[in-house]
Amino acid sequence: MLNSRRLVLAHFWMAFGGFGLALLLGAWQMFIRSPLAGWIGNPEWYYRSVTAHGTIMGYVFPTLIAMGFGYAITETSLKAPIAGVRWAWAGIALILIGSIMAMIPVSAGLASVLYTFYPPMIGNPFYYIGVVLVVVGSWIWVALMSINLIRWKRANSGKPVPLAMYANVAGSYLWGWTAVGAALELILQIIPVAVGLRSTIDAGLARIFFSWTLHAIVYFWLIPTYIAYYTIVPRAIGGKLYSDSMARISFVLFLVVAMPIGIHHTFADPMVGAGFKFVHSVFTAIVALPTLLTVFTICASVEIASRLRGGRGPFGWLVALPWNNPTMLAVTFSFIMLGFGGAGGLINMSYQLDASIHNTQWITGHFHLIFGGAIVIMYFVIAYDLWPHLTGRNLANLSLMRLQLWLWFIGMIVTTFPWHYVGILGMPRRMAYYDYTHPAIADQALPVILSATGGLILVVSAALFFVILIRGHLSEKADPGEYRFSVAVHPPQRVPVALNSHGLWVGLMIALTATNYGFPILQLAVRSDTSVPAVYVGVK
Amino acid sequence: MNPERLLSLTNRWFSTSVGLTLVIFLSSAICGFLLLPYADADSRFSGIWDAICNAAGFPVKSSATDIIQPEFKISGATLGLAELTSPSPQSIGRGATLAQQCAICHGPEGVSRADAPNLAGQYAQVIYKQLHDFRSGARTNATMGPFAAHMNDRDMIDLAAYYAYLPRIPSSRDSAEVPLIVASGAPTRGIAPCGSCHGTIERKIGSPWLNGQPAAYIEAQLRYFASGARRNDTNQQMRNIARALTDDEIKAVASYYAGTQ
Ligand code: HEM
Ligand SMILES: [Cu+2]
Repeated sequence: MLNSRRLVLAHFWMAFGGFGLALLLGAWQMFIRSPLAGWIGNPEWYYRSVTAHGTIMGYVFPTLIAMGFGYAITETSLKAPIAGVRWAWAGIALILIGSIMAMIPVSAGLASVLYTFYPPMIGNPFYYIGVVLVVVGSWIWVALMSINLIRWKRANSGKPVPLAMYANVAGSYLWGWTAVGAALELILQIIPVAVGLRSTIDAGLARIFFSWTLHAIVYFWLIPTYIAYYTIVPRAIGGKLYSDSMARISFVLFLVVAMPIGIHHTFADPMVGAGFKFVHSVFTAIVALPTLLTVFTICASVEIASRLRGGRGPFGWLVALPWNNPTMLAVTFSFIMLGFGGAGGLINMSYQLDASIHNTQWITGHFHLIFGGAIVIMYFVIAYDLWPHLTGRNLANLSLMRLQLWLWFIGMIVTTFPWHYVGILGMPRRMAYYDYTHPAIADQALPVILSATGGLILVVSAALFFVILIRGHLSEKADPGEYRFSVAVHPPQRVPVALNSHGLWVGLMIALTATNYGFPILQLAVRSDTSVPAVYVGVK
Repeated sequence: MNPERLLSLTNRWFSTSVGLTLVIFLSSAICGFLLLPYADADSRFSGIWDAICNAAGFPVKSSATDIIQPEFKISGATLGLAELTSPSPQSIGRGATLAQQCAICHGPEGVSRADAPNLAGQYAQVIYKQLHDFRSGARTNATMGPFAAHMNDRDMIDLAAYYAYLPRIPSSRDSAEVPLIVASGAPTRGIAPCGSCHGTIERKIGSPWLNGQPAAYIEAQLRYFASGARRNDTNQQMRNIARALTDDEIKAVASYYAGTQ
């Protein structure tokens, strides 16, 4: 069992607790704007809910998963107790305080600005300060990951850093740097207006700062999932990791190119020059590379597992896979969703095609498929895999797990496919009310109903997930043995310094941020004529 | 083990990754800032520097020189005046005296018996703006034009202060019967809920309080907006909405706000 099990469990339970609440809000949003429900009469309720749902799902839930998983990786892969456990508790405490501080004004209807902040709309300052506290809490984790790695390296000079830890620290650096964008937006721009020190705000500049965070944050959400692909999946299905170096290259590529591409979120915005939009699209295209590498490596690793079990033939090996192993099932579902989501992403990233789906329900469909689908289903796997080591008890009911994963997969497909479709029909996102009796949008009614039904299936799946975890706390005690990560076909004896440290890649990340963001930010920051009056929101 | 130096050109990882990053950045920058701007058929650059500045996002000045002037007067009223939100008692008093000339249509208490708008309790900014527009010609009306022609800014502010000070007529309406267009608008036609500017849901500065206005007056104004006979809504908010309203909706909102529904 893990020494840090209470710390890790605290992170996981807080993460999943928030996730459960936010999920219910999501399902309610789906229902209330579908033809199944009458018009609520006051759109404010809808935006209140979307703000809470987005803030929890986007900022709190994945951050806590990355942190909890990161602590577990630190202890198990470095085989030493975590240094700075008190700081770790301080970090999660900040996140708890920040989340509560943010959610109070949101629940009271004083900050229905959505999780993307949408300046010049300005809500209650405590909402923003709460979000800043969440980020600061997570920065403590970033520092701890780095400190633990440095300590280990001192004691083990020249040895390859375990892959899981290498990737985990890469993810933490990515987050540490990418969160700076939104932090600057909040601290320099939004909070001064929210507390009344200023009454105008440069909304264009704020959007650029936000885009600095917005793209790489999705890779930060993704990294625990990718770590699970590389270091849990092959072991859990009885195979080996095809290539350790390929894995390291994928993670460092994420570090370098996830960051300088965020302006693809402002394709439709006038304040960024077309030249910068083009440069960002080129780097966006490159970010597909680490994902393609990953898909290839994991498929190869899965094939190895099958061949070890006696699978043969060019396709026959697929049959020999351990299909009743929940991890096998989950990684398959995850890849299918990643495939569809990735195809959709190609449309979003192309300047011209993006115009046809910009700000439509296609976008929400897209990120729910990738984030809620491909990524979150692997969060479930991480929890299932670690639970016995955290509780010292068995997690035995495999068929319930399979049912839960199946339902999540089906629910996500049923939710997001029609969601994409209505987006193509032009249904705008972030609206509380649609008059489906109007002939112009009457044909959106059916797909929207379908989508809402999918949301219900997801709620059932999540309920099962909680049942499984809670039963895991109550089942009979069992020694889970030592926690192990996948072993590579050729376990690394010696790794090039570049792939055993992060300095080079962090350097490139910061350099590219300067080249790709420096000018657009400075240009707006030095101009005096780009601010607009703030629009204060809140129930009166 | 021999210490391998990372930050050195002899390190293949270093030289390759930095080199590739440079190549990708430079080639995308050349494409984005030079080739593509020139490939655009509409581009009229005076030189390379012009093209680069344009792609970097410097605002193009030329378009600012030839603004098309409308062939009608637009409203020039400023609504942010502090005197409109916190008037002095003297201002209200002067307004009361001046208002005697208005009483014949708008009623001695600001409540009309002649289907002219009720002014009692109307927002000061609204009254000020309409008077200002009558004087400038941004809004035309055979009766009001001559009155406003003789007013100065002081008079208008005082009148606005006085009418805003009078109590509104109490609403006699049953709130359960709010027409859909007032509460929810019609998103598919781009119509925001009336209540989101005219009170009850939200109030936007410059939008009048409509409760208790004569139905005939509201209906007439909506039709003027729709036909373009009235166009002092500077950003066309009301013209756009009125054009999209159906006949039934116009009647429904008029009688709803009049309280006769
Ligand atoms: C039962 C499952 C879920 C349903 C039915 C659901 C539904 C929704 C709906 C209706 C919106 C608002 C879209 C709009 O009006 O534009 C939304 C937004 C959002 N959802 Fe979910 N959601 C679910 C699960 C998730 C999950 C699992 C995640 C990620 C872990 C997630 C992340 C987000 C985020 C970040 C937003 C904010 C988007 C915005 O503000 O436009 N959701 N969701
Ligand atoms: Cu992005």
